[in-house]
Amino acid sequence: MKESPAFISVSDRKPTCAHCGEPCDTGHFVHQDLDFCCEGCQWVYQILHDNNLQEYYHIQQTPGVNQRVRELTDYSFLDDPEIQQKIIDYASVHLVKVTFHLPAIHCASCIWLLEHLYKLVPGVSRSQVDFLRKKVSIHFDPTQVTLRRIAEMLEHIGYAPALNMGQLEEKHMPVVPRKLYYQLGVVGFCFGNIMLLSFPEYLGIQGDRAAYWFNYLNWILGLPVLIYGAQDYLKSAWHGLKNGGLNMDVPITLGIIALFVRSTIDIFGQFGSGFMDSLAGLVFFLLIGKWFQQKTFHHLSFDRDYKSYFPIAISVLQDEKWVTMPLSKVTPGHRIQIRNNQLIPADGILISRAAQIDYSFVTGESDPIFKRTGDTIYAGGKQIGTPIELQVTKAVGQSYLLQLWEDRAFTQKKETRDHRLADQIGTYFTLAILSIALITFIYWVGRDLSTALLTITSVLIIACPCALALAIPFTYGNVMRLLADKNMYLRSTRIIEEIQRLNHIVFDKTGTLTAVNQYHIIFQGMPLTERESRIIRSAAHASTHPLSQQLDHYLQAHPVFTLDAFAEVPGQGVQATVEGIEVRIGSAVWTGAKDTGQQRQTVHVAFDGIHRGTFVYESRYRSSWRKTIGALAKNYELSLLSGDQDREMKRIRSAFPATSNLLFNQKPKDKLEYIRTLQAAEQRVMMIGDGINDAGALQASEVGMVITEDINNFTPASDAIIHNGLFPYLPKLIQYIRNSRKVVFGAYFLALAYNVVGLSFAVRGVLSPLVAALLMPISSVTMVLYGLAASTLLFRVMKLNDLPQAEWVQTKVDDLYQ
Amino acid sequence: MGVIFVLIGISLIVAGGFLFAFIWAVRSGQYDDDYTPSVRILWDDKKPDNSSTTNTDSPNS
Repeated sequence: MKESPAFISVSDRKPTCAHCGEPCDTGHFVHQDLDFCCEGCQWVYQILHDNNLQEYYHIQQTPGVNQRVRELTDYSFLDDPEIQQKIIDYASVHLVKVTFHLPAIHCASCIWLLEHLYKLVPGVSRSQVDFLRKKVSIHFDPTQVTLRRIAEMLEHIGYAPALNMGQLEEKHMPVVPRKLYYQLGVVGFCFGNIMLLSFPEYLGIQGDRAAYWFNYLNWILGLPVLIYGAQDYLKSAWHGLKNGGLNMDVPITLGIIALFVRSTIDIFGQFGSGFMDSLAGLVFFLLIGKWFQQKTFHHLSFDRDYKSYFPIAISVLQDEKWVTMPLSKVTPGHRIQIRNNQLIPADGILISRAAQIDYSFVTGESDPIFKRTGDTIYAGGKQIGTPIELQVTKAVGQSYLLQLWEDRAFTQKKETRDHRLADQIGTYFTLAILSIALITFIYWVGRDLSTALLTITSVLIIACPCALALAIPFTYGNVMRLLADKNMYLRSTRIIEEIQRLNHIVFDKTGTLTAVNQYHIIFQGMPLTERESRIIRSAAHASTHPLSQQLDHYLQAHPVFTLDAFAEVPGQGVQATVEGIEVRIGSAVWTGAKDTGQQRQTVHVAFDGIHRGTFVYESRYRSSWRKTIGALAKNYELSLLSGDQDREMKRIRSAFPATSNLLFNQKPKDKLEYIRTLQAAEQRVMMIGDGINDAGALQASEVGMVITEDINNFTPASDAIIHNGLFPYLPKLIQYIRNSRKVVFGAYFLALAYNVVGLSFAVRGVLSPLVAALLMPISSVTMVLYGLAASTLLFRVMKLNDLPQAEWVQTKVDDLYQ
Repeated sequence: MGVIFVLIGISLIVAGGFLFAFIWAVRSGQYDDDYTPSVRILWDDKKPDNSSTTNTDSPNS
């Protein structure tokens, strides 16, 4: 017996696969005393074993990704120099650097294996994994190994690289904006040293020659703080003033400039030691606030467009042979092949006999559409079942259905203005301190000009809204983190304010109110016997059609028989011979039933040519969806937009308030237009959707929220991504976000109190640099602590930390990229 | 008292050295991925294993 626990198979239970850990219920392979669920898993094990990489199975138990559905991709397109050039980061004669996105990366073993790739592929000199972004960067010697070989090996061991059309276009950007780190480093350095050099001042040593020199040094150290550290604030304030608005950065900039000018006069005129420590401290705290606020979720992509769902290359018929050709080179006239579940990249005419196209990707309508030879097939659909051939009629990207992406909602950037609340308050604030400064100046100017100048700068310095500027980054930054812990991800803190301002929520139906690919199945007809159920399941089990798979799942309590014969006709159904009985499952015509004119979501069954009954599929709604809608209806106007037909109208109508608009048969463009209509009527809209067919509406609305169970899946044009398990808690989460505004108001109140104290010194002309240096960090630190504590406390008081921790579905790579 | 200027000069040079070390670290990408290194550090370097069929080097032993 092997020592490692990963290899112990529990014999009295169902054996589980040593590679992927899934139960071996559909197949059972034994190799070296180990159980495997499929040949694919066994292959991977074999390769790793032969190359002395078993450590993979020790770091984590059963770390593999299931290999049951395994179709090897043809990577010959990676030999094309044009494609290579676009994928490769750097190339020389003996060294090439390339970065692949591997969606299958999920555990420590994955990192280990991929970083030992050099053992599997000679010629690879280095491979480094970035776990959060699921990327691996590989260095290799092109004279020893090709890009194609590396991609093939990665797929072979279960980490197929995701290569899609979107990647070819995006420029290689630095992964993290590094400027903020540099700024923090430089300002931190200056701040620390200025504090050190200000010690004589803090200790009350004055008049010493050394102290003056220290002041000059301070001034020099203050220059990079002003010029480099604070440049974003200065620019933003200038930008704001130029556009005639007063934003929060205006009073901050006033304070910074006042600090600098006053310090320069003090130091060079040898009147005092200046306020350089306050200046550096202020900028340092502001930058920390910015850094805290800029939490990014590396594994999420909020802005995918349709191109990232398209393959890089496709099978094209050339000189009677199927070759893989880069999609960018496919032109009208080409004959292309589309496999099961592959996305159709260009409009074309069907050459094969029949096809069944699932357009849910672009339209949201979940029922597949049946097509015959000669029919036009639009890009964006997915073929279900056997491979089909198409004659391309339009170039890639010019498709009728993809016109949505040409809409101005996508070409124009969303308003990126930061924090309206802060800017509004900033306006009043600037006006207030300017008037206070003016009044003090007028009061003093008649008595003593130098005191007047002193007080006016003091007022501007002390009133600098450092605490105000910190309140939002820390409070909302913390809110964002707390929500992310519960699997609600917001694009930025700006979205929090947008959510607070909403008054209308629009729902998508399919995939949003209903669960994805889950149906209630009801059998109409004489109840089935156990044997009949088993026969039906046996036939359904062998089919790839989604309805068959649902049926297979529904009947899973009944064991399958071995099939004697099996045939699947696209658009019609399946026919199988089981236990001497010929069973047909499928459409009404296929089974000889009378077409009752009922909607399509049905599957008919016939035994030996005699119609036996019908399975009716009803969408399954998310748990407590009525409650959720009821709770939201108290505070918001609601609407529903569905791409489906209105057969479930009654059921939905009863859940919504009577004033809500429920619209069916909505094309993606219609959804977008509806959002625009609402916005024209002064509504601030949140769209909750799930797929690319909602992309236009998600993009146009103030807040586009995507609900999903698979984090790698559809997340186009979204501002927020939430796990579908959170749907029942949505009203509560939104309430929390609304309440967090009160936390910010509390912070503003606190900041105001500090300002009143500080101003009372300033207007009397007795503000010493020491008081300023003390008051500034105290107010900043209390503000940070208050923001963090109050938002966390609110989270607990609302009992949100008790929410269940939902698990994300592990993406099946084969489903996403083919 | 003059010695204080020398000391201040030295302290600034040392601090500047750390600042450049930090900038170098950011430039070389050490702040780009702050998760993976925490996993990588836990692997043991393994002695070369001659036989490819035995599992004598189980990590939990």
